[in-house]
Amino acid sequence: MFVFKKLKDVYLPYKKDFILSLLFLLLLTGITVVYPMILQLTIDEVVLGGKYHLVPWISAGFLAIMFLKALSAFIQHYLADMFGIKTVRRLRDQLYEKLQRLPFSYYDNAKTGDLMSRLTADVEGIRMFVAFGFTEVLRFIVMVTSSFCVMLYYSVQLTFVTIAALPFLAIVTYKFDKRVHPAFRGVRISFAKLNTKVQENISGIHTVKALSKEGMEIERFTEKNEKLKAAHLRTAGVWSKYFPLMESIGNICVVALLAFGGFMVTNGKLEPGELVAFYSLIWYMMGPIMQLGFTINMFSQAKASGERLLEILEAEETIRNEETIAKVESIKGDVEFKNVTFFYRSEKTPALNNISFTAFPGKTIGLIGATGSGKTSITQLISRFYDVTEGEIFIDGRPIRQFDLKVLRSHVGVVPQESFLFSSTIRANIAYGRPDAAMEEIIDAAKRAQAHDFIMELPEKYDTILGERGLGLSGGQKQRIAIARAICKNPSILILDDATSAVDMETEFQIQQALKEVMRGRTTFIIAHRISSIKHADEILVLENGKIIERGKHHELIQRNGAYKRIFDIQYKDRDIVLEQAAGRC
Amino acid sequence: MEQTEKRKQILERFHYSQDVVIDKPFNWQQMWRLLSYLKPYSVNLLPLSFFTVMISTGVRLLLPIIIGVYLFDRAIIEKDTRLLTVLVLLTAGLYFLLYLSNTLRIRWMNKLGQYVIYDLRKHLFNHVQTLSHRFFDQRSAGSILVRIMNDTTSLQDLFTNGVINLLTDFLLLIGIIAILSSLNLKLTIAIMVILPFMFFISTSLRKKIRRSWQMVRMKQSKLNSHLNESLQGIRITQSFTQEEENNEYFRQLNKENFETWKEAVRKNAMFGPFVEVTTAVGTVILIWFGSMLIQNGECTIGEFVSFSFYLGMFWEPISRLGQVYNQLLMGMASSERIFEFLDEKPIVAESPSAKKISIRGRIDFENVEFSYDEKRKALHGVSFTIHEGETVALVGHTGSGKTTIANLISRFYDATSGCVKLDGYPIQDLSLHHLRSQISIVLQDTFIFSGTILENIRFGNPAASDEAVINAAKAVGAHDFIQKLANAYHTEVEERGNVLSTGQRQLISFARALLADPRILILDEATASIDTETEIVIQEALKTLLKGRTAIIIAHRLSTIREADNIFVLDHGNLLEQGNHDQLMRKGGVYYHLVKAQYKMLDL
Repeated sequence: MFVFKKLKDVYLPYKKDFILSLLFLLLLTGITVVYPMILQLTIDEVVLGGKYHLVPWISAGFLAIMFLKALSAFIQHYLADMFGIKTVRRLRDQLYEKLQRLPFSYYDNAKTGDLMSRLTADVEGIRMFVAFGFTEVLRFIVMVTSSFCVMLYYSVQLTFVTIAALPFLAIVTYKFDKRVHPAFRGVRISFAKLNTKVQENISGIHTVKALSKEGMEIERFTEKNEKLKAAHLRTAGVWSKYFPLMESIGNICVVALLAFGGFMVTNGKLEPGELVAFYSLIWYMMGPIMQLGFTINMFSQAKASGERLLEILEAEETIRNEETIAKVESIKGDVEFKNVTFFYRSEKTPALNNISFTAFPGKTIGLIGATGSGKTSITQLISRFYDVTEGEIFIDGRPIRQFDLKVLRSHVGVVPQESFLFSSTIRANIAYGRPDAAMEEIIDAAKRAQAHDFIMELPEKYDTILGERGLGLSGGQKQRIAIARAICKNPSILILDDATSAVDMETEFQIQQALKEVMRGRTTFIIAHRISSIKHADEILVLENGKIIERGKHHELIQRNGAYKRIFDIQYKDRDIVLEQAAGRC
Repeated sequence: MEQTEKRKQILERFHYSQDVVIDKPFNWQQMWRLLSYLKPYSVNLLPLSFFTVMISTGVRLLLPIIIGVYLFDRAIIEKDTRLLTVLVLLTAGLYFLLYLSNTLRIRWMNKLGQYVIYDLRKHLFNHVQTLSHRFFDQRSAGSILVRIMNDTTSLQDLFTNGVINLLTDFLLLIGIIAILSSLNLKLTIAIMVILPFMFFISTSLRKKIRRSWQMVRMKQSKLNSHLNESLQGIRITQSFTQEEENNEYFRQLNKENFETWKEAVRKNAMFGPFVEVTTAVGTVILIWFGSMLIQNGECTIGEFVSFSFYLGMFWEPISRLGQVYNQLLMGMASSERIFEFLDEKPIVAESPSAKKISIRGRIDFENVEFSYDEKRKALHGVSFTIHEGETVALVGHTGSGKTTIANLISRFYDATSGCVKLDGYPIQDLSLHHLRSQISIVLQDTFIFSGTILENIRFGNPAASDEAVINAAKAVGAHDFIQKLANAYHTEVEERGNVLSTGQRQLISFARALLADPRILILDEATASIDTETEIVIQEALKTLLKGRTAIIIAHRLSTIREADNIFVLDHGNLLEQGNHDQLMRKGGVYYHLVKAQYKMLDL
């Protein structure tokens, strides 16, 4: 129950719904047990006793009671459901807000699929339990005891004969639940596997067709399809084994009731109507018992779900505003790294090892090096997506932790390696960092990023809605929108993380031209593999395994004849020959 | 007013596609086609399931008579102990029969349903595999997935229970009415008053409830789309400090979802009580009219008791019939979508007289025209010859027709007019499978299948030994980095995983292509920047790969272009120039300017 206590903030505000629903549940159960008693009354008093003048009264009373029952069933069900969905709404809001705040380091170790399943399946698990679990337990107790009491009232002997088989029912139900849930899980897993296979096949269909491997794919699909069928049949097997058995135990109770009760009636120890009443009551006891396993399982699942959700809600927000933050509204763009060492959580080797440099306002820093050398880590520290492990970062001469995160980040424009666009209009995507930007500013940003022309060719122009994950645009077009998005913020620090990787050389040339102008007056960090992108930087840092191995301007690095020169030679090796040829021709 | 305006504004922050069409009118032809999937089981599972259901139904129908009429009227009231014993034993026997038939019923009915869905899904998947590129171009991967997985699953209930229940419930209903009528006609007629109400609740109310749940699911899927996207884009959101704005959007979306849900919950909570009240009305009729009849001696107590049991049984078949009715309506929508795919014909069809020849690698285009859709032509009468063993570079901007030429050679499409010939044979005369198994295509965005690296390379040739796979990897220079991975060749990789970098994926696809050992190789060079070290390895690998085969390269790197035997310069679907690097440079035409522009960039 510890989990539910911790989560109480989520559902306690709606306790009124819950309590009312419980009250109506009591009423409902009470009325249900009355039904067989009316039946008994009708048979014994009216029919056998010949008091036919009671018929209208019994009928009217019965109808009134059933209306009341229907009404309370409606209210009970409705309130219980409302309690569940109000809780879910609040829980989702809280989870979402928390997820917005969690730092990059949390997402480095989290998988979207796993988080999604928590946000959907686990939230649903909590809802089910909140809406039905609590009440189901109470219903069980009330239903079984009240039916039991009524039965005892009619005949003690017959009661015990009738319910003799019920413990077996409880055992079988328990066993059934224990076996059916793994079977269901098996179905879910097989389904997920088949789903993954089909998804992969469709996403990679061009590769499949290119290698003419449809036959092999069909084989792989068939194997997983077989497994899903087998998993379904296994579940059906459990059902077919236990369900008729559970029903049969109930029927044994009925046979025992008929045999013993029948003899009691013939001996005059029991009224016929009472026997009929017993016949109904016994099912009132068996129903909840068959449900019990389900309820218990619901409880344990809800507990596990609650734990997984608490993991999110209680995750530490490592990157937060410090207690005392400087009241700074604007940033000039002076960036200084002083002996910065940085480790990603869960990694043993440093991503950055004793890095120091200064970028003066308006200057450009080029970062070059192999994949994993630490280029992106440097830029992520500037936005304070992570905190340094050792050393210190200064922005405008002030330690980075003294800035309000929102102020800091709104002055840093990032064009990431993978241009992620949201499912929204192009206009909203460009204005993502400044939703109040005027249309002219948006168009201006798009023009500077060389995106305006192709946007104007789209059917809805700036109102074109980009599909989920920005499908429908080429990689280069997405990158240009991402650049416009960063420019639109009018940042004092601009970070271009391999921003032109997906465009062809000609477009890159145009973007480079445009960026030259955009970069004026901003401190810019350019990460690139192509030398041509960074050769004009005021300082170039060559990184290897988290260390700066060379630094300086382009021509200095060329003269040095080191790693940079080697990259240069490879990229420019045939340029001279071609240019010579070209010069010779015209 | 102002508030709703603001709310609307917030909700326009993101746009997600939303499904609309829910169910389709009933269509006999489609139903018949769907039912034809039962055919293979018409001699075994279908009659067996039906038989067990009949037994279960029969026992259920008999018991109230035995217990009501005979046990009560004859044995208990008349205090006949011997008859009581016999009847109790008979009841026990019937219950045992019920147990047996239920066990088999559940087993066989599920088997039937699962076999049919298995067949249907298999049929659909196998069919989709034969479809041409154009089919996949027009649809998102998600929409195809939904049809193969979810639309088929939604028919599962229809085949497991629906079809058989439809038959048995009709019989059950008629059986109950027949038995009741034979017991007491007047009372039967009186009680039948409630039947129309029951039918109404079971079909119409249930339909409304289902509609509102569908609304909830639609809102839910919108919510989930946003959740998924917000998780994937969380880094962007934080970079652009939009956490608060997103919170506001989500709160609105969540609220919207809540309102819809509330409506569904309200309707849903009405269902049970409605049934209850209707049954209660039936009971009142029974008590009132029944006791009157008993008073007049027109009805016995046992009949009365039987009636009360049967009254409870009325609801079950009616409820299930309503359920089947709803299943059918939903099934109509799903089956329509499934059949739409099954009716799709492969555009590139295998000719019946297709030849299986081993190709040597000469390619001729004779005045080939091609258009993807009516609006724009991708190729305008292109003619050229590629000789056996030659390396040809295709050069030009996006949309110039490079990829189209590659697609026509592997016959992913057929030319609109003109002729594509391989070794002098028109390409349509060659066996499609045979043709493609001799052509390898290395795409720019190499697809990595989930599995080990070994399996991924072996995809090129499933018969290859581990040794052959490793040799191929060595030949293209992929061996070194593979060895450095945690489990070397047995490292598990997946499409969305980040075990492999772009350059490494490219090398894997080279190894895959080398292992397939094709006569013709088509290669789409990557544009994404790859770090210089990997780039060198790739350049080297390329040389190994091209040796001894005809190669068509959609080239981006000048170094590749320069070494090609022949360069085709394309623009808007026209072949402008061809020749080798030196010839084209000397000519001083389009190619010359292209090269110069690229180097100008380097010198910027």
